[in-house]
Amino acid sequence: MVDTKIPPGTAAGGPTGTAGGRAGEPTAPVQGSRRAWATAASGRTAALLVSPTLLVLTVVVLYPTIMAFKESLYGTKGLDPKTGFISDTEPFVGLQNYTDIFGQAGDRFWNAFWNTSFFTVVTVGLETLIGVAMALIMHKAFSGRALVRASILIPWAVPTAISGLLWRWIFNSDGIANALIGHQVLWTTEGFHAKIAVVIAEVWKTSPFIGLLVLAGLQVIPKEVYEAARIDGAGPLAQFWRITLPLVKPALLVAVLFRCLDALRMFDLPYLLIGAQKNSVETLSMLAQNEASNVRFGPAAAYAVLLFLYVFLVALGFVRLLGADLIGDVGGPRRPKGRTRLRRTSAPSSAEVSA
Amino acid sequence: MTVTVKWRTWLLYLGVAAVVAYCLAPFYWMLVSSLRRTSDIFDTSLFPSSVSFENYRAVFSPSQGFGRALLNSLIVSGITTMLALLLATFTAYAMARLEFRFKRLILTLIIATSMFPVVSIVVPLLKLFTDIGWINTYQAMIVPSMSFVLPLAVWNLTTFFKQMPDELEEAAMIDGCTRGQAFRKIIIPIAAPGIFTTAIIAFIAAWNEFLIALSMTNKQSIQTAPVAISKFTGATQFDIPFGSQMAAGVLVTVPLVIMVLIFQRRIVAGLTAGAAK
Repeated sequence: MVDTKIPPGTAAGGPTGTAGGRAGEPTAPVQGSRRAWATAASGRTAALLVSPTLLVLTVVVLYPTIMAFKESLYGTKGLDPKTGFISDTEPFVGLQNYTDIFGQAGDRFWNAFWNTSFFTVVTVGLETLIGVAMALIMHKAFSGRALVRASILIPWAVPTAISGLLWRWIFNSDGIANALIGHQVLWTTEGFHAKIAVVIAEVWKTSPFIGLLVLAGLQVIPKEVYEAARIDGAGPLAQFWRITLPLVKPALLVAVLFRCLDALRMFDLPYLLIGAQKNSVETLSMLAQNEASNVRFGPAAAYAVLLFLYVFLVALGFVRLLGADLIGDVGGPRRPKGRTRLRRTSAPSSAEVSA
Repeated sequence: MTVTVKWRTWLLYLGVAAVVAYCLAPFYWMLVSSLRRTSDIFDTSLFPSSVSFENYRAVFSPSQGFGRALLNSLIVSGITTMLALLLATFTAYAMARLEFRFKRLILTLIIATSMFPVVSIVVPLLKLFTDIGWINTYQAMIVPSMSFVLPLAVWNLTTFFKQMPDELEEAAMIDGCTRGQAFRKIIIPIAAPGIFTTAIIAFIAAWNEFLIALSMTNKQSIQTAPVAISKFTGATQFDIPFGSQMAAGVLVTVPLVIMVLIFQRRIVAGLTAGAAK
């Protein structure tokens, strides 16, 4: 682990020593209370340093989310039944935008819902397979490693919007894809082939990312483990299943979680590769955006909220299932303050092990 | 034995070639197509029969407004990156170095926001910005972009700061620096490569943004490059100008590719930050 556990005591105590001295603080009465003071001071510094970010995120994320929820309770501007004019205000409709998805208007929502789920499961599944294969190749290859690493970053660097246009060109009726398979497929028209086109384009762009994350995981596996396995008579396949995969699992899971959450909000690629309002590829993000751009903010907000809940549930499911593996050392020392102090004095070595 | 070893080596080379081809082939196709003449744009030969810059000239024809779009992209992603880095540096420092209550919860929350579906923010903000007249302004794109660039920057920088030994700062503070001075004079200079890498990753994320830029603008003069390219018009309404789209795609991507090639080591380290621990 990069950060050792002994410093927190000194790091937290250090500045307070000087700060206390400057403030003309009389001698600290007891060791214990001085420590408490130290934590309070570093807490204040931390609050000062962290609050701008939290403030910005509150304004750009939390506030819009609450607004979206409120907006989803309103309908679209329509003819006022009393006056016969188009009303200026949106009528309050309660949960109607949500209950509508179970009625006639729900077809489009459920179609988008299944498309989103289909894309997520299929693309992330394929990306994981290809990504792991790429990582294994890159890990083994010594010559040409720089070339591979450089080229693997290129799909990641190409803007998704541009890759959407690029693949639309590749999948054009007179394009290279049809020339290669020697078949005339109208990829960018409605139908299952449109889904395939989106999946191929998405997998191309994102599996290198999984490859990179898995490679990083592979590189920290000590060589001795493999040597020991070989001495014990494990073949390459056994080594992969029994050593590589379990040891690389945490890195892989993080990559898969990130990719899942990213795929659930897919927008650019189907929008540019196939087009807006195409049943075969419309995702929840596209549906919400389309409704909003047609000034139907109420339903749009309802779809956005539902997508948010979907993403949230998937993330929650991941964290529940995999727990510590995922957010392992995100926050470094993660014990509540009181306990950290206790541990610091009692057993710094055990804290070091746990981090 | 030696035969199998030889086979293995060949197989490995084959694998490497496959990975490189997989990653580069579509990009190469974009490059080749952009260099074809309009008359033979549908050729499927691996090399253009005659290299022509016709498409690149078409990209910069005044009616497409591409130069302006590039400038808009640069302004929006530049400002977003700078703002995000400014805020993230302080926050990441606190996350990596200070002990405080709810630290883990706060960091988890910040990172969680980057996984937030952008459309959930765009829909309400679109209505708000319509009401306050922010449609077709830079701030209407910068503000929502912060929602995913800022968490990204915080996450990356936190990992970088954590990798630096505490002892450096402690030594500085023992020598009489305050924590603020130690941060300014010791941490920032040493962390400069990390900050720079984060800047690149954040900039690429902002530069590639499409949904926000598409929703918040409806005038050509304010569109960012990806949106402008997607709206390129051909000679007729039904004629998609593939050639100039590919050329513009190359122009938008090549700066990123060059940056990526120069800083590949750092970027890989930044991207995989935290995943491999």
